[in-house]
Amino acid sequence: MENLISGIHILAQWQVALALLVGSVGGVIIGAIPGVGAAVAIAILLPATFSMEPIVGLTMLLGIYGSSMYGGAIPAILINTPGTAVNALTTYDGYPMTKRGQAARALSLAYSASFFGGVFAILCLIVLSPVLAMIAPHFGSREIFLAALLGIILVVLAHRGQIFAAGMLAAFGIFINTIGLEPVKYTKRYTFDQGWLSSGVNLIVVVLGIFAISQAFALLVNKDESPEAKPVSGSMLGGLKELMGHKRVAAASSGFGVIMGMIPGVGEFTAQFMSYTYAKKSSKNPELFGDGSPEGLIASEAANNAVPGAAMIPLLALGIPGEALTAMMLSVFYVHNVIPGPQLFQHHMDFVMALYIAMLLLNVIVLIFLIFSTNLLTRIIQIPTRFLGMVILTLSFVGVYSLRNSATDCAMAAGFGVFGLILKRLNLPVVPVILGMVLGGIMEVKLRSAMARVKTPLDFIDRPIAAILFALIVLILALHVRTVIREHKERLSEAEIDHDLHDSQQR
Amino acid sequence: MDRFKTLQDMFKRYRRPGDIVFSVVFLLFSVFMLSQIGEQTVWKKGTKLFAQPSFWPAVSLGFMSLFAVFHLIGSAVSPRIEGRWVEVGLWLRSLEFVAWFLVYVAAVPVIGYLLATLLFAMLLAFRLGYRNLKWSIVAVLTGFAIVLLFKTFLQVKVPGGQIYEYLPDAWRSLMLVYF
Repeated sequence: MENLISGIHILAQWQVALALLVGSVGGVIIGAIPGVGAAVAIAILLPATFSMEPIVGLTMLLGIYGSSMYGGAIPAILINTPGTAVNALTTYDGYPMTKRGQAARALSLAYSASFFGGVFAILCLIVLSPVLAMIAPHFGSREIFLAALLGIILVVLAHRGQIFAAGMLAAFGIFINTIGLEPVKYTKRYTFDQGWLSSGVNLIVVVLGIFAISQAFALLVNKDESPEAKPVSGSMLGGLKELMGHKRVAAASSGFGVIMGMIPGVGEFTAQFMSYTYAKKSSKNPELFGDGSPEGLIASEAANNAVPGAAMIPLLALGIPGEALTAMMLSVFYVHNVIPGPQLFQHHMDFVMALYIAMLLLNVIVLIFLIFSTNLLTRIIQIPTRFLGMVILTLSFVGVYSLRNSATDCAMAAGFGVFGLILKRLNLPVVPVILGMVLGGIMEVKLRSAMARVKTPLDFIDRPIAAILFALIVLILALHVRTVIREHKERLSEAEIDHDLHDSQQR
Repeated sequence: MDRFKTLQDMFKRYRRPGDIVFSVVFLLFSVFMLSQIGEQTVWKKGTKLFAQPSFWPAVSLGFMSLFAVFHLIGSAVSPRIEGRWVEVGLWLRSLEFVAWFLVYVAAVPVIGYLLATLLFAMLLAFRLGYRNLKWSIVAVLTGFAIVLLFKTFLQVKVPGGQIYEYLPDAWRSLMLVYF
């Protein structure tokens, strides 16, 4: 209770309130524009937040993270183009509803389901906090190493159908993180005697290149489009009532979102896949799924909005980011010398509480904002895509350059931009690169310090949590092999494979 | 024959045109980097394996090369999708915008953030086909809004331009701090 009150004290500063407002409203707008996702916005704003207080900067980024998916549902429902990648499933049922003249109903239902998912996840976080505070201190170097290793394995395996690509890109991320002067023996690694490489490859430069600049390039080299969305008429309040009729689907989907969000490397897509499958199987009208089913819409939106809250669990409790956006936020913590991990829960519980309350508030702000401003947002969607590319490129400059006023950083970011563009065009995932960089760094440090006390290999897993994590790794790998064999037996013929089905990496 | 078909199926995945070009280049890069491990990293005597400076580069490059081989096999045994070189051409087209970006980066310390941004926004918009007065004004206003947001309000670290030195004192300090 004390922590809760001092958490409220931390939040009760005008800078924090302003950051929350700007972050959540800005996040909705950014999410609503197809072609700019939360990742682009967070990457650009990241260096600007370094000069702010940690709570102010984090609140703003959390605002964008938590609210972009609300906005992303608007073009998904109205024009069949998801605003952010995780709204792709929303188009399945949202757009058919619009075609039937039920746009307002679909939007209202999507907002309500998002709200339910978002709040559900934060309540889970608050309830789980005491447990986390109890477990987190038992995570020593070897446990954190194993958790990071588990994260890498999961992020690779989560990219079904692209596992080799995800594996090589995750390894590439680990590799570029090793470039430069290493901090223990002070030797140079892969610098090729180039001065600009000895300070290493900065994570923010890679993030900006691979998320923001690559997106700008992708928009600039493509044909100009100006998505057209018609204004929506009707009340936005009906959805909350309708949602209550589908409590079971909403709760189950949010539950999947929370569980998948907590596991590093898994994220929204798996949560949505599971909740959509569950909703379809348990529905009285399964034939409506994919053709305008309210339950399908709820399953998609509640699951994706439950993930951000849950993804904060491994980040705050262990310092392990589960996906790209929390990996970016980790750098904000580091810059301010706040090291997320067991100590944060032990000594700064009020700070953690403040973050939770901020996330709760952002959901309320966004819901209220959306009820009144949906039609305004339908106009913002119409920005021509190549013009948008120019704007993103202009913004990317200030993101990279303000980091340390280095033209070399800008050139490197542009290089990673081209790399990111190629990956996007090939529909290959970029997230493994970022997670490889972050988790690779964590693994290197933690393995070194863990091995100092380990005499035989078995010592490594002689503590209960380490043993559980190791067993999980073995189990996941074994299950994966089993699934591959089973899928191989039930495979489709070449003609039946839809090569355009998985374009989720291109948005 | 059946067996070979089965093996092919195991490596099949959702692909796009140009995949094989990327696969080859990535594999060559990985193998080249791995071949440099002796040159570019140090093996310290009397240090445990896990604390060796070359341990993580070796592990990551090993996996990179291994997965890149599998990725290439996957590309090679899958049916060809038309449009490979058109796609590579599109990748290369992005280099034009890299050049635009780098010129912008070079211009900021000389002519200042404000002027460089306004010019960049307007000229690039013109290049992209927004050639009427309305879009030019929108581009300039967008550039101005970005400078206002980041430099004036958020005070991010972007140094003043060299040409600010030629301004009268009062203007110079104003421009240095806010634009």
